[in-house]
Amino acid sequence: MEMLSGGEMIARAIELENVEYIFGYPGGAVLHIYDALFKNCKVPHVLVRHEQAATHAADAYARATGKPGVVLVTSGPGATNAVTGIATAYMDSIPMVIFSGQVQSHLIGEDAFQETDMLGISRPVVKHSFQVRHTEELPGIIKKAFHIATTGRPGPVVIDIPKDKTKPEEKFPFKYPDSVSMRSYSPIQRGHAGQIKKAAKLLLGAKRPVIYSGGGVILGGASDQLTHLAKELRFPVTNTLMGLGAYPGSDDQFLGMLGMHGFYEANMAMHHADVILAVGARFDDRVTNTVSKFCPGAKIIHIDIDPTSISKTVNADVPIVGPVQTVLEDMLVQIKQLRKKDASLPDAGALERWWRQINEWRDKHGLWTADRFVSDGEHIMPQQVIQSLYKATGGDAYITSDVGQHQMFAAQYYKFDKPHRWINSGGLGTMGFGLPAAIGVKLAFPDADVACVTGEGSIQMNIQELSTCTQYNTPVKIINLRNNYLGMVKQWQDMQYEGRHAMSTYEDSLPDFVKLVEAYGHVGMQVKNLADLDGAMKEAFALKDRVVFMDIFIDPTEHVYPMHVAPNGSMKDMWINKHERTS
Amino acid sequence: MRRIISILMENEPGALSRVVGLFSQRGYNIDTLNVAATEDPTLSRLTVTTKGDDRVIEQITKQLNKLVDVVKLVDLSEGAHVERDLMLVKVRAEGEVRDEIRRVTEIFRGQIVDVGPQVFTIQLTGAAEKLDAFIAALEEGAILEVVRSGVVGISRGDKVLRL
Repeated sequence: MEMLSGGEMIARAIELENVEYIFGYPGGAVLHIYDALFKNCKVPHVLVRHEQAATHAADAYARATGKPGVVLVTSGPGATNAVTGIATAYMDSIPMVIFSGQVQSHLIGEDAFQETDMLGISRPVVKHSFQVRHTEELPGIIKKAFHIATTGRPGPVVIDIPKDKTKPEEKFPFKYPDSVSMRSYSPIQRGHAGQIKKAAKLLLGAKRPVIYSGGGVILGGASDQLTHLAKELRFPVTNTLMGLGAYPGSDDQFLGMLGMHGFYEANMAMHHADVILAVGARFDDRVTNTVSKFCPGAKIIHIDIDPTSISKTVNADVPIVGPVQTVLEDMLVQIKQLRKKDASLPDAGALERWWRQINEWRDKHGLWTADRFVSDGEHIMPQQVIQSLYKATGGDAYITSDVGQHQMFAAQYYKFDKPHRWINSGGLGTMGFGLPAAIGVKLAFPDADVACVTGEGSIQMNIQELSTCTQYNTPVKIINLRNNYLGMVKQWQDMQYEGRHAMSTYEDSLPDFVKLVEAYGHVGMQVKNLADLDGAMKEAFALKDRVVFMDIFIDPTEHVYPMHVAPNGSMKDMWINKHERTS
Repeated sequence: MRRIISILMENEPGALSRVVGLFSQRGYNIDTLNVAATEDPTLSRLTVTTKGDDRVIEQITKQLNKLVDVVKLVDLSEGAHVERDLMLVKVRAEGEVRDEIRRVTEIFRGQIVDVGPQVFTIQLTGAAEKLDAFIAALEEGAILEVVRSGVVGISRGDKVLRL
C-alpha cells in the first residue's frame, strides 16, 4: 500500500474529492501541509488576505456551484479569524470543509504559541468537527467530513490537525475510503408517503393557497420540482431572502420576497392564506414577525430535511421530513392522481378570486407600482442602481451582497430567474461577506458576470481582498451604494430613536475609493448623477477583464420599504413608506 | 414538566461537550447529568433530567438526535421506567443524635458506609424525591456535605435502548 505523510494524505484526499480550489492562508501549524500541497497537489490554492475572506470565498463557491467549499487555515488567530465565516455558512446551511492547524499534540492545553481550542470555539457553529489523534485516521476523517458537510441539511465541518500529525518523515499506509457508513448519521432519503398524500389533499382543497419556499429548495436542487408543482396548481409563490431564484423572479405567479422587507403582496397573501406550503424554509423571525399573530387562518404544510426546523417556531399541521426534491416529486404524482379522480380540484373559482385579490394588492402597493420610490430625476435612488444593474447584466449575473440596505434593495429589485445566482449572508447577516464571496463565485464561473452589491460600511470590512482579486485575476464588479451612513442602522435610528444617529456616520473619513482601487491596479468610477448611471454601468461590465469599483452616490435619506411594524405586528402590518402604514 | 432523557452516544472525545453545549446554547436547562461508558466500550450512556413544555422537549430531543455523536435516545418519562439517584451524605453525628440518625437512615433504607467519632457518611439510593425527603428529614445543620450521582434510568419491561 502507498505510504504517505499526514500532509500528503490531505493533499491527496482533496484531489480525490474533486476539489476545485482551496481557499486559505499559511502559518506555523500548517506548514507541513502547505509544503505537501506545493510539492504535489493538482488543486490550486487561493491565498486570501484574511482568513475570514477564505471562508466567505469558499462558502460562496459552494453556494454558486452546489459543491463543498474547502478552507485551510493555521492554528490560533488563523482559526479564530475563520470562525465568523464558519458561522455564516452554518446559519445558511452551506457545505464546507475547514482544515485548521493545531499546535503539536504534546503542547495542547499548555497555552502554546498560537494555540486555541478550535473544536471548542467552533462547536456551536459547525455541523460536526474532528480532531486528528492518529495520522492513520486522516483519510477516514476527511471522507466523513465531506460526507457530513454535503448530505442531509448541509453545513460546515471542521478538521483540527495537530502539527505533528502531518510530519513529512512519518509515513503511513494510505487508502481513501470509497464510501462512508456511520451508525449515528444517516439522513432521511424519502418523505413519508402518508404525510405527502395528506398534504396533497390539503393543497387541492385550498381556496387561498401560498407556496412559501426557502434556501432549502436551492440547496436541495428542487427548483424545477417546485416550479412544476406551482405551475400545475397555478398557486402563488413567495421566496425567502435565501430562496430567491428557486422560483423564477420574473414569472407572473411570483409574489416576490416575503418578510420584514418583503413585498406588500407577498406578506398580505401569507397573512390571508388558508393553506401555506412551506418548502425548505424555517419560519425565521425576519419572516414571521410576531409568531403568535402569524398567518392566523392558515393550515401549514412544512417540508424540511431537518426535523428540528419543523414546529420550532410555528407549528406545522402536516410535517414532512425529507429531501425537498423527492418529496415535491412524490407530491406532484399524488396531486396528479387526485386530479385524475376529481378534475374540479383545486376550486378554480376560489383560485380566481384569490388571484384577483392578490392582483389588487399588487396594484395598490406592489413593488412594481410607479410610486414605490420617488426620484427627482437628478439624484440617484438606490432602487434605480439595482434596476440599472439588472439591465446591464440582462438579469443573468451572479450577485453577491453584503449586509444592510443595499442587500434588501438588491433582493427586492434584481429579479433572479435561476437558483444559485443570489449569494448573500441571510442568517448571520455578516458584513464583509460580499467581496470575498464574489471572488469565490468568479473563480467558479470565470465567464459569468459577477457583481458585489455593497455599501461603504460593509466593503471596508474586507476591502483588503482587492489585492486577492489582483493576484488571481478575478474581474468582479463592485457596486457601492454610497450614502455616507451605515444605512440600515440609520434607518432604524430614524424610525425608532427619533432620528438620533448614534455612531452611524463616518463623517469625512471615507477614503477616495477610486484612488484606493487604482492603488490595487483596478478601475474606479464615481457616479453622482442619474443621467450617467446606465452608461457607467454598461461601461463597467464592458471591461470584462478588470475589477471595477463603482462608487455610486445615492440619496442618503432613503429607507427600505415595505418594513414590518415591530414589535407586536403581524405579517400584514407594514410601513409602506415613511408616512403610510397598513392598518 | 420534568423529563428524563437517556442517550446512547459515541464514546468519543468531545461528544459530552456537544451535548452539554447544546443545552446552554439553546437555553435549555439541565437539572441533573450522568454519563459513563456502557458494556460496549465504544458507546457512552448519558442521562439528563430537564424541564420544559412539550414543545421545548420535542425540540430538545430533535436537536440531540441531530448531533452526529448521538446514536439513539429515549425520553424515559414517556413510559413506565425505573429511576435511581445515588447520594452520599456526610452528617454531624455526636452523642444522642447518633442513634436518631441511624434510625432515620434505616427508615429510608440507607446504609452508613463510613463512621467516625463525630461523623457518619450515609449512602442512599432511590428516586430523586426519596433523596430529597431524606435530606428534609435530617435535622437542620446536621448535614456537612452532599454529593449525588444524578439520575439514571431504564425502561420497565422488554423495552431496551441499544443498537
